Amino acid sequence: MEASSTTAAGGPRPNLTRGRTPRSVGEQVIKALLFVAALISIATTVGIVVSLAAETIEFFSQVGIFEYLLGTKWTPLAGGDQKSFGVLPLISGTLYLTALGLIVAVPLGLGSAIYLAEYASPRARRIIKPVLELLAGIPTIVLGYFALTFITPVVLQGIFGIEVLIFNALSAGLALGVLILPVVATLADDALRSVPSSLREGAFGLGASKPQVVLRVVFPAALSGIVAALVLAASRAIGETVIVLVAGGASANLGIDPRESFQNMAAFIAQTARGDIAAQSVEFLTIFAVGTTLFVMTLILNAISIRFVRRFQQVYE
Amino acid sequence: MSVAEAPAARAVVRGSSSGARLREILFPAALLLCIGFAMLTLVVLLVDVAVDGIPVLSGEFLTGFPSQIFPERSGIQSALVGTLLLMAVCAVFIVPVGTATAIYLEEYADNNRWWNRLIEVNIQNLAAVPSIVYGILGLAFLVRGPLELGRVVLAGALTLGLLVLPVVIIVGREAIRAVPSSIREGSMALGATQWQTIWKQVLPGALPGIATGVILALSRAIGETAPLIVVGAASFARFNPNDLTSDPFSALPIQILAWVQDPQDEFRALAAGAILVLLFLLLLMNAGAIYLRNRFEQKW
Repeated sequence: MEASSTTAAGGPRPNLTRGRTPRSVGEQVIKALLFVAALISIATTVGIVVSLAAETIEFFSQVGIFEYLLGTKWTPLAGGDQKSFGVLPLISGTLYLTALGLIVAVPLGLGSAIYLAEYASPRARRIIKPVLELLAGIPTIVLGYFALTFITPVVLQGIFGIEVLIFNALSAGLALGVLILPVVATLADDALRSVPSSLREGAFGLGASKPQVVLRVVFPAALSGIVAALVLAASRAIGETVIVLVAGGASANLGIDPRESFQNMAAFIAQTARGDIAAQSVEFLTIFAVGTTLFVMTLILNAISIRFVRRFQQVYE
Repeated sequence: MSVAEAPAARAVVRGSSSGARLREILFPAALLLCIGFAMLTLVVLLVDVAVDGIPVLSGEFLTGFPSQIFPERSGIQSALVGTLLLMAVCAVFIVPVGTATAIYLEEYADNNRWWNRLIEVNIQNLAAVPSIVYGILGLAFLVRGPLELGRVVLAGALTLGLLVLPVVIIVGREAIRAVPSSIREGSMALGATQWQTIWKQVLPGALPGIATGVILALSRAIGETAPLIVVGAASFARFNPNDLTSDPFSALPIQILAWVQDPQDEFRALAAGAILVLLFLLLLMNAGAIYLRNRFEQKW
């Protein structure tokens, strides 16, 4: 497909376009316009990097880089002596909440994916897939509402009788899990289904049972695609703002007690951007420094995910 | 194949034991539980929101303006108008830019050129950037900085547009790729130029797919809260924005957030009501996408 369309475009065209007829000039103008549109995506990336970098450099002219990266107390909005710019509690809070989300979403998402890819009848797929898409389309503010008004009071405090604070890591983590569960399920489903059926048939032919075929043949064969799905899901959870803003609370916490309040980087940015803080003050510049930290973290995760996807595409194409 | 052989050999030995047979029943049952949990969560979530939100739904709720003092007189008019304006402007931005980029990448770009590969990788990366970072971009470049639009609808809509542009491009490319090359070759053989071929043959064939991508993108944009917070949407707008470039604006997710964070139960119920309106809009958009897919999908 790809190859034939390029020959159609590249093969006979040069002879016609070389002579500068009005028609060929028009064609060139259109191509140039389309290219400019494509450049908007590059401009977006450049814009993100520039907007983050400029103010981040300004931030580090006022706060030491090691104080920021290694400090264990994050209270940039406090007054006087209490002010401290150690970002570690925010980073650990982000990773901790993400880990809670993954604990929920990985087993449930992978279980759903395996059922969808290996067990579900075409009819069952036609019902389950749209439900997962529906779940994936729920805005995160709704999940935040759900975490604050249902998971915390009804599920955690009511059913399980856990003494959690109103804003706590557990409910935010569970809601993050609900957020990324469909991501894990649909992407892992794709990975499992791209395993050629000859592998399954070979294993069945040797007398393996269905669970053995699924767990020891298909699953390992799809592993790189599944890992890519998990990395992508983790990066969604790391960058999530509103669930944590609504249900996680506003304290940068270096601990590991899930009943306490935790904040992540994105929620801190949102909280600070909403407050009445003078632009160009050092408190305001924290938005950009934390934004850079978050951006770099998700960029690294995305690079890992793309690498895994490439490996997995090479095997079966 | 070596992956398959080793476990399968072991399988022969264990195959007939009753433990294995039990496992053949329990394993899919456990998987089904996973799916059941996901579906149950969705149902519980919808019921929870409906139970809290339905009592506050009324004509006054839709037409009133938010109040920080009287929950019973509060409404979502400014938030609803803001959201509809945001979506309209966002669509005007993403439809041409997203379609043009998709056409360029599928029909013109030579993949041996480094800049074309860069554009591709870049779009993949942009799709994974957290939405709050787009908010920072909007704040630095659109609200302040070079464009200095201020905290207005246009700045919010362009920020959301940049955020969802990768969705339009990725889905649009798939739709264009699905048009078989025989159509292009036939058109070119009849003497059409490349652009005439794209405009008259490829685009009409890919249109339902592109439209689906745009709706998908808008249904992501309509629920986005984080970038609008950073761009500076107003939590309690007492009036509608008169135009796109001068007045402060609100949006449904922002209004919901403001009410969710209010400790009074009466305001929380308003949040649930506003969530129902938001979910209804989402449902309409998704129904539109499904209709397009079924009605216009071409079988080549």
